[in-house]
Amino acid sequence: MTHSIEIKELKLAFGAVTVLEDLNLQVGQGEFLVLLGSSGCGKSTLLNCIAGLLDITDGEIHIQGHNVTWEEPSKRGIGMVFQSYALYPQMTVEGNLAFGLKNARMPRPEIAKRIKRASEILQIEPLLKRKPAALSGGQRQRVAIGRALVRDVDVFLFDEPLSNLDAKLRADLRVEIKRLHQTLQNTMIYVTHDQVEAMTLADRIAIMKGGQIMQLAPPAEIYNRPVNKYVAGFIGSPAMNVMEGQLDAGNSEFASARGLSFTVKGYEFDGAPTSGPVWLGLRPEHVQSGKWAAGQPIQREALVDMVEPMGSDTQVWARVDGQEIRFRMDGQEKVDIGDRVPIGFDPARLSLFDKSTEIRL
Amino acid sequence: MSRARRGTAPVRPPIRLFRNLSSKIAAIPMVLVGLGVFVGGTIWTVVYSFTDSRLLPRLQFVGFEQYERLWSTRRWLVSIENLAIYGIVSLVFTMCLGFLLAALLDRKIRFEDTFRTIFLYPFALSFIVTGLVWQWLLNPDFGIQSVVRSMGFPNFNFDPLYNSDLVLIGLLIAGLWQGTGLIMVIMLAGLRSIDEDIWKATRVDGIPIWKTYIIVIIPMMKPVFVTALVLVTSGIVKLYDLVVAMTSGGPGISSEVPAKYVYDTLFTRQNLGQGFAASTMMLVTVAIILIPWAYMQFREKRQ
Amino acid sequence: MTAAANLPGAVTPRGTKPKTVFAPRNIMLYGTLLIFSMYYLLPLYVMIVTSLKDMAEIRMGNVFSPPVEITFAPWVKAWAEACTGINCDGLSRGFWNSVRILIPSLIISVSIAALTGYVLACWRFKGSEIFFGILLLGAFIPYQVLLYPLVIILRELGLFGSLWGLVLVHTIFAMPINVLLFRNYFVALPEELFKAARVDGAGFWGIFFRIVIPMSLPIFVVSGIIQVTGIWNDFLFGVVYTRPENYPMTVQLNNIVNSVQGVQEYNVNMAATLLTGLVPLVVYFFSGRLFVRGIAAGAVKG
Ligand SMILES: Nc1ncnc2c1ncn2[C@@H]1O[C@H](COP(=O)(O)OP(=O)(O)OP(=O)(O)O)[C@@H](O)[C@H]1O
Ligand SMILES: [Mg+2]
Repeated sequence: MTHSIEIKELKLAFGAVTVLEDLNLQVGQGEFLVLLGSSGCGKSTLLNCIAGLLDITDGEIHIQGHNVTWEEPSKRGIGMVFQSYALYPQMTVEGNLAFGLKNARMPRPEIAKRIKRASEILQIEPLLKRKPAALSGGQRQRVAIGRALVRDVDVFLFDEPLSNLDAKLRADLRVEIKRLHQTLQNTMIYVTHDQVEAMTLADRIAIMKGGQIMQLAPPAEIYNRPVNKYVAGFIGSPAMNVMEGQLDAGNSEFASARGLSFTVKGYEFDGAPTSGPVWLGLRPEHVQSGKWAAGQPIQREALVDMVEPMGSDTQVWARVDGQEIRFRMDGQEKVDIGDRVPIGFDPARLSLFDKSTEIRL
Repeated sequence: MSRARRGTAPVRPPIRLFRNLSSKIAAIPMVLVGLGVFVGGTIWTVVYSFTDSRLLPRLQFVGFEQYERLWSTRRWLVSIENLAIYGIVSLVFTMCLGFLLAALLDRKIRFEDTFRTIFLYPFALSFIVTGLVWQWLLNPDFGIQSVVRSMGFPNFNFDPLYNSDLVLIGLLIAGLWQGTGLIMVIMLAGLRSIDEDIWKATRVDGIPIWKTYIIVIIPMMKPVFVTALVLVTSGIVKLYDLVVAMTSGGPGISSEVPAKYVYDTLFTRQNLGQGFAASTMMLVTVAIILIPWAYMQFREKRQ
Repeated sequence: MTAAANLPGAVTPRGTKPKTVFAPRNIMLYGTLLIFSMYYLLPLYVMIVTSLKDMAEIRMGNVFSPPVEITFAPWVKAWAEACTGINCDGLSRGFWNSVRILIPSLIISVSIAALTGYVLACWRFKGSEIFFGILLLGAFIPYQVLLYPLVIILRELGLFGSLWGLVLVHTIFAMPINVLLFRNYFVALPEELFKAARVDGAGFWGIFFRIVIPMSLPIFVVSGIIQVTGIWNDFLFGVVYTRPENYPMTVQLNNIVNSVQGVQEYNVNMAATLLTGLVPLVVYFFSGRLFVRGIAAGAVKG
């Protein structure tokens, strides 16, 4: 079989407002794809289009080789898990799991078998007779996953399933979803705006902005080689340092507008290097400081403006030749406002973007 | 994995009209009532108000003749005047009383539920019941007048239902008794939706309670007041049952109202064209009140 | 409140002490409320005592004095013997007419309103909002404008004068407010629930009966309360659209009390009035908060 999901030229408009346009996407069999983007960029809309919960304006959607563009949601072979759990409050957990199967007129023994299997996998057997109101948030979301599981489908769609949970539970369930994916080997599309979820779960991440996919790539590539300034700024915490400046392609010199300048020899250009105005991105965690600065190709001295101790490490706001740079230091090292700290970094780990198009150079 | 479960999926978009078909079928009553009865009926009445229909409707147009006759009929003029007086007084009193009662109940009092139940129960009763009870209470021979007289005020006079100058007061007493509870409940809901912190803030600032109401609370309740206003006015225009039960329009024609004029003209005097003209005037009255309100709502939504 | 001040070592608070129940402010507050309560309660009290006196006592005493000798004869007479024109079988006929009007009107109007509200909340289609707007407009059209067109419609349907005609009229005029009520309630249900049900293969009716209705009991009660009181208390439609043998209770009550023939029997009148008010009063006292919620919701959003 070819792709698990194939979306061609998808367009979706609510009246005059176009939310998705010319969107193409292919998801492989058993792939875990994460849709990541800021609020309102159209992630849920895309997911709802795949599920058939929204009538698309134009384009085609194929699931497992079938054109399902105008197919009912229940006949697309998908299961869906929602942020607010969306459990039917008047039914027991068992009733919730069985609802879809009963609608499909499945024989009772088969329903019982599927519920048994799903509740074993998700460890919700003791909860089967309870109503959703008597469950904790984590248990509810487990049941919601179970409801997709019993459908025994090829594709799972998750719409921010963990956003309503507290941090600890979120981490637990994240691991569980990953394990589930390894067990079932289904195709999963997972919407989130949590970077950590995206990085840890995804085979590939699609970064969305304004209804378009900016970059579709494995997590490491998104992190190391963001295709444009938006992706670069979106991924990574704390956010990347972005400096405005001029690139001289001839001798590979970068000069920031604020006065910092250094060579970018070692940077892998996407195409032929060109001179001109650019944005330069430098991740805070790629800046070495103190004794580790010594081995780095580029070394400077930073004047500390402000420090934010976080325990494991300390975030430092500093100025280097008038250019503001944020970086991280080991939490054990002492640093104070007004200190001078040696820093160093490697041009190979920089990102350079064209000033006007903001595309990676 | 069960992969062959699906049948052949439709590739073409289905015909527009048939998408969502159940929903469209279920909407038929709404469409029939909205278009067929409300819009169609209104247009029908307005059109026939320009005809000389008497016993049966017929399309013999006579221009504004019915309206000219209407506005030179004394009974209609009295009806309009009554409605205006009753309307304004009742509006002012309903709003003030409703707000006062709501504000009192909002002071975290004990037995709030009991008081609310007492103030609201008349609203559950029909205007016929309301009218008949007050007719009895205002009966000059046995009611309030006779009781006060027997307490040592032999010259006390209060017989509004038999005095064409006072009859509207009688109607107002009964109308307010029946309707203020509703406005109180709406105002109370409005007061309750105001953030508790505002009260705390004004207490910290040392603003007296009455002043807080005037400078902070009432301006914040503007939408609630507007809603109450619309509700009361559209109720007043419909005023009919109460008059029938209490006075039948009397004494003489001193308590006639437009709604009663329409009913009597249509169904007892069988002068259809005239009745349609009168009801069209009622529609115009409501429109004059509602259009500014609808405009306001619309503008608020846009912002 | 005073417990904290009595604790050993508690700092003496500055400023005036919290006011007690008998502070002048409270006396004024409760005094005002009690006076208003009198205004609202007096008619009910007078109705009850009058209906329990005999005519001789009414002519002698004053309306406020309790009955010396309690008699239920006026109640019996009001129910079974009071005359309207030539009929002398009391209010009972009107009562049963009202019941026969109420029950089908209630069931039909609430069902249609719930279904329409569901369409407007969950299955919008192009133009559905416009039709809804038109329907809402209907809530503001004075009934008088539509009285005669409905006579024609009922006549065309062959329902004029029958109980079913009145049922139809009640259903029509109840639609705007009830549809609004249901729509607003359904819109507030979580949308994802609805999506989940569609993924689970439930269709238009499946979602309505299996998901939406079981979650919406309160709004059905609220709508039912509005309908029961509204239909029971109706007078105008009863007069216009039914024949005398089908007159609802309110119309018959008015005919009994305001009939010009014979001697006025005030005790019977008050018993009849109370009997007519009994159904909505019972609904009101038993539904309490839901009634308040219903009229507040219906009114504020209207
Ligand atoms: N029914 C609708 N009518 C009009 N616009 C809509 C509708 N639903 C969504 N939108 C718009 O579509 C855009 C995308 O919405 P969507 O819900 O897909 O965002 P999202 O990426 O899921 O955001 P979030 O992270 O907040 O869930 C938003 O700008 C939203 O305002
Ligand atoms: Mg979303």
